[in-house]
Amino acid sequence: MLESTALPRKATLSPPLDTRFQVETPEGIDLPLRPAGLMVRALAFAIDLGLRGLILGLLFIVLAFLGKLGAGLGSILLFGVSWWYMVLFEVLNQGRSPGKQWMGLRVVQDDGTPIGWSASLLRNLLRVVDLLPFGYCLGALSCLLHPNFKRLGDLAAGTLVIYRERPLARPQLPEAEPQRAAFPLTLPEQRAILGFAERQHELSEARALEVASILAQPLQVPAPRAVTHLNGIARGLLGPT
Amino acid sequence: MKQSLFENRHKAQWTQFALMLDRLERGKGTSRLDGFPREYRQLCQHLALARERGYSSFLVDSLQQQVLRGHQQLYRHRSRLGPRIAAFILADFPRLVREQWRFVLAASLMFFGSLIGFACLVYLFPDLIYNLIPAEQVSQMQGMYDPVAGHLGRSAERAASEDWVMFGFYIMHNIGIAFQTFASGLLFGLGSAFFLFFNGLMIGAVAGHLTQIGYGQTFWSFVIGHGAFELSAIALAGAAGLQLGWALVAPGRLRRAEALRVAARKSVLLICGVMLFLLIAAFIEAYWSSMTGPAPITKYLVGAALWVLVALYLLLAGRTRHAPE
Repeated sequence: MLESTALPRKATLSPPLDTRFQVETPEGIDLPLRPAGLMVRALAFAIDLGLRGLILGLLFIVLAFLGKLGAGLGSILLFGVSWWYMVLFEVLNQGRSPGKQWMGLRVVQDDGTPIGWSASLLRNLLRVVDLLPFGYCLGALSCLLHPNFKRLGDLAAGTLVIYRERPLARPQLPEAEPQRAAFPLTLPEQRAILGFAERQHELSEARALEVASILAQPLQVPAPRAVTHLNGIARGLLGPT
Repeated sequence: MKQSLFENRHKAQWTQFALMLDRLERGKGTSRLDGFPREYRQLCQHLALARERGYSSFLVDSLQQQVLRGHQQLYRHRSRLGPRIAAFILADFPRLVREQWRFVLAASLMFFGSLIGFACLVYLFPDLIYNLIPAEQVSQMQGMYDPVAGHLGRSAERAASEDWVMFGFYIMHNIGIAFQTFASGLLFGLGSAFFLFFNGLMIGAVAGHLTQIGYGQTFWSFVIGHGAFELSAIALAGAAGLQLGWALVAPGRLRRAEALRVAARKSVLLICGVMLFLLIAAFIEAYWSSMTGPAPITKYLVGAALWVLVALYLLLAGRTRHAPE
């Protein structure tokens, strides 16, 4: 009953087509996060596993020279590395263990804020359950079934593994005479045209022409001139630089 | 407003903000950042405007990245760790244990129940031990607590370095068990229940067997000291695990995922306390329990005092209103 009276949340926003996960900040901004899937996370974990093995191997060689004291230190180190490696890196290195850093991932809380001690400890302790019954079976299953690719530890800790955002390079718009469209453009149409101009260098000439010629008729231009015309409209939308 | 005009007008402000972000992320020169929240909100407004006016993806995306980075800096949890740890030890942990008394009680019943139960059973029916524990393990245990040997299974004069070995071993082994007991609670509490029961069974069977064959003196005087911390820690770890499982079984008015998250936040604090207990236990076990010098009666008295101490700590600490905040 309660649900029917409450306003539907984000009624104006259609859910994204891809796997983006929208976080609404207190400022009223929707921030898209890109959850990372099973494969890339497994690779990151494999890197971390190898690195841990390497660290332990080296330390044990050093400790072997220390005799009994070394054996005691060794088991404390084994404990530290096997249970705390992930936690320390995640909390102190902005959610990135070396493997995640390598693969361009990071861990954040569900609301997009950096991960803290308790959440990190929790998600890494519950790894034991993800490992069951063998070789990360439960973790992989949960990861594949969850819309945001969470394993069980992530579910309990309320954390999310996302792709780190990479710095963007300013795209060069193709040269064209600024023009006005033949009819008023809606906002999505404006963005689509700007996107077409910004991303044209990624397309082959033939493909750009093919895409643009779809719009030739509504724009009232001959098909071969559609690309230049669209670029012109984009220039016009952007305004004088 | 055209996009270029918009960009030109605010470009300086955005570079300024990017510099602030860099400084915050590297944690250096954070003294000159008074305007950060204001700048951040301004940036949020710019992003909203850029979206609303249909500016190009490049502009919207790069503003979005800046806002995300700003969001992470503004809303990160910064707290002084020292005072929080002190408050946790002095008040919050025992309070939490008392608050979760139902789970603590259930876990204690499972663990100590199976421990005492199997100790009695093995004491009454000595042959039962061989059905519970492999024979070579039994003889190994017997060797360790043989009163004739006069020491606890290790070389007669233990060097300090050997205490170190055992200290390291106890930390790894015991905290590992506690973590396992806790984490397996995610399987609807069944895993925790199993580990509580199983560990109780093993310890109880060994205790019953050793008492029955007359090694009781060496065994009990060895275990009573650190047992206060170690056994209660295992029970508390189980309680934390049961709490996780219960959130899945009976989530109440929340959705299961939400209930799990709420329960997990509390149970991880319990686990922090458990780690503390196990560190103390490992210390006592390596440096006090293994000493053969003090007479058994001294050990019993100290052990009893430690049990009372643990009980008083969990029952009474942090009850006053003005406990250290």
